[in-house]
Amino acid sequence: MNSNSLKISNENLKRRLNAERRFKFYGVIAISLALIFVLILFTNIISKGYSAFYRTLIEIKIEFNDKVQPEMFKQMSDTEINKLDLYSFSKKNIYSNFPDIEKKSDKKKIIKLFSIEFEEEIKTYINKNKNNLGNKINLYISASDDIDQIHKGNYSRDIPEERRRVSNFQLSIYDELVGQNKVKFEFNLPFFSRGDSREAELAGLGGSLIGSFFTMIIVLLLSFPFGLFGAIYLEEFSKRNRFTDFIEININNLAAVPSIVFGLLGLGILLNTFELPRSTALVGGITLSLMTLPTIIIATRASLRSVPPSIREGALAVGASKVQTVMHHVVPLALPGSITGTIIGIARALGETAPLLLIGMVAFIVDVPSSPLDPSTSLPVQAYLWNDSAERAYEEKTSAAIIILLSFLILFNLIAVFIRRKFETKW
Amino acid sequence: MNLLKILIVTLIAFGSLFGTSYARDQIKIVGSSTVYPYATIVAERFGKSGFKTPVIESTGTGGGMKLFCAGVGVNHPDITNASRVIKEGEIELCKKNGVAEIIEIVIGNDGLTLAHSLEASNADFNQEQLYLALADEVPVNGQFVKNPFQKWSEIDPNLPDHKIEVLVAPPTSGTRDAWDSLIMVKGCKAAGAYDMWSELGEKAKKKCRISREDGRVIEAGENDALIVQKLTEDPERFGYFGYSYLLVNEDKIKPTSIAGIEPTLEGIQDYSYPIARPLQFYVKKAHIGSIPGIEEFLQEFTSSRAMGEDGYLTDIGLVALSDDDADEIRERVSNLSTLSTE
Repeated sequence: MNSNSLKISNENLKRRLNAERRFKFYGVIAISLALIFVLILFTNIISKGYSAFYRTLIEIKIEFNDKVQPEMFKQMSDTEINKLDLYSFSKKNIYSNFPDIEKKSDKKKIIKLFSIEFEEEIKTYINKNKNNLGNKINLYISASDDIDQIHKGNYSRDIPEERRRVSNFQLSIYDELVGQNKVKFEFNLPFFSRGDSREAELAGLGGSLIGSFFTMIIVLLLSFPFGLFGAIYLEEFSKRNRFTDFIEININNLAAVPSIVFGLLGLGILLNTFELPRSTALVGGITLSLMTLPTIIIATRASLRSVPPSIREGALAVGASKVQTVMHHVVPLALPGSITGTIIGIARALGETAPLLLIGMVAFIVDVPSSPLDPSTSLPVQAYLWNDSAERAYEEKTSAAIIILLSFLILFNLIAVFIRRKFETKW
Repeated sequence: MNLLKILIVTLIAFGSLFGTSYARDQIKIVGSSTVYPYATIVAERFGKSGFKTPVIESTGTGGGMKLFCAGVGVNHPDITNASRVIKEGEIELCKKNGVAEIIEIVIGNDGLTLAHSLEASNADFNQEQLYLALADEVPVNGQFVKNPFQKWSEIDPNLPDHKIEVLVAPPTSGTRDAWDSLIMVKGCKAAGAYDMWSELGEKAKKKCRISREDGRVIEAGENDALIVQKLTEDPERFGYFGYSYLLVNEDKIKPTSIAGIEPTLEGIQDYSYPIARPLQFYVKKAHIGSIPGIEEFLQEFTSSRAMGEDGYLTDIGLVALSDDDADEIRERVSNLSTLSTE
């Protein structure tokens, strides 16, 4: 062998190997950059938001008197108790926990340490324990959002008093309560059941969770059957001609249309022409299913195409009709791919806000919706609205809403991966 | 096929939903993002009194007017919030679409607050200086030129010696309208630019309102919390919003004084603070009676426990009306007297 040509080929090899190494290196950099950003995003959101999942409670002592006796509750139903006016009774009892404070303005400040719904919370406690109430009871009621933020360390105490939302006097009372071990944390269950509120300690995700649920159900009901059967027709039954090519191009284009355009469509057609009720999950669901439809059609067509022709030919050979071939043999094999596409499409619809803005679902809605015809918001909308609220306590709630939204998205994607792994047929 | 049957049945069940006629028993409110925090608090309290809680969308004053004036009926909002008074053109639009009778309810006053980060040193501007800093064209030696000022100190050596950068509200917002008429037009007059345009007549005012577009004036959208965040990031930035945003963010930002006057409750109430403005909302009279609770909602909003001196709205930054004005508004609510439109 010629030593010269060997040398050349060695140098050549070295150069090619170097090129390969460089390429791998760039790849690693790209992936790690992406991972770092994801990591930053997650740590930022989780570190800001986790504190919204627990809440601060303060222990108070309630003494019943002649007018409000523990025995009188025994005969009352829950709704009767809820209708009672215990406002001044509750207020006086809270004052009597702080016997040293006499000035009226100071008393007002004391009340502000507690949630604005202290009366309701006391009633709830009475309702729960109406059969074994003593003359004196100790119970925990929620702290106000400002105290809650201080206790969680989200709100700095070092700034000068005139700039702080909590006065020195209130802080000293709070410290005293902490010293007496009367302040505790608890898992924030109401956060998941209540609707939106302007009192930060009362605001919850319940309304938007239900709203998102209704919206997604409607998206599923509309876009899955239409998408599935549309794809089956286009892939298995329609003739290839200019018209079907035109439809195919348009479906692919539709999948790439910015979501706000679907919002405009919803506003123009669903609200203005059909006069469906504004701000409802029904309209939101229809709008978002228009957005999801092309995704499902494309995924279903791809999985129909991957079913080998031998299956069809086999079925036809034993005398099955075209419909029988498709429905009994091809579609069941393509279904896992179609369902995966549907789940991914729905996950995208779940995180969508822009189209909802135009159909009025970005709104302040307190009542938790009970049907798709009630006004409702959705999870990402709630995060957006809270982010715009001035009070500090909404900061952690915004991040908490995002955590919930992200966990749903991750869950959806995991289900999609699971279905693909489990039911995928390799040919 | 079983699956197919189930799908068809659900679709039919679903389709029947469309058939049911739809009656609304819940008040719908749209409009200004400045009034939004007040309206939501009233709505929530109102919702506890046995009525359904009103649904409130924050669309900006201009966007709200458009929706409000689109027509009468369950698909159109009952109330629109506004951080400026309704314009002639909007009244026309309303009339054209059958919204003839509108009730105007003033709920209180608000002071536009030009604010910046706590880390910055205190600043004081007058309207002329702000106009010169923000306008598209300014007069220099009797000639109009594209705004040449890059630093505040170039306008007046007493002003801060750093870049001009102001976050402003979008053109559809009432806050921007108020800012333009209370700062830009007045500053325009003080700087003599208005007189130089005087042959244009009414158009001169429009010219005064045009902001520069070289990146010194940044549109920040309807999100006031975002403005607060951006102000804390850079102490050389300024931004403006309603007084209530200042009150809850005093640990992060502080106001600048305008012509030597700092925004205070008293100054905004008697309008000695130069950029104070009224806040209001507009009600469709035709909807009263057909949508339950509107009258009760108006009563709650205008009650003294809400918009009065010690009311819960004043707790979050609304500046109360004087007693006489408040009485007049309450009378308007009890008589449901509409806006006179000749």
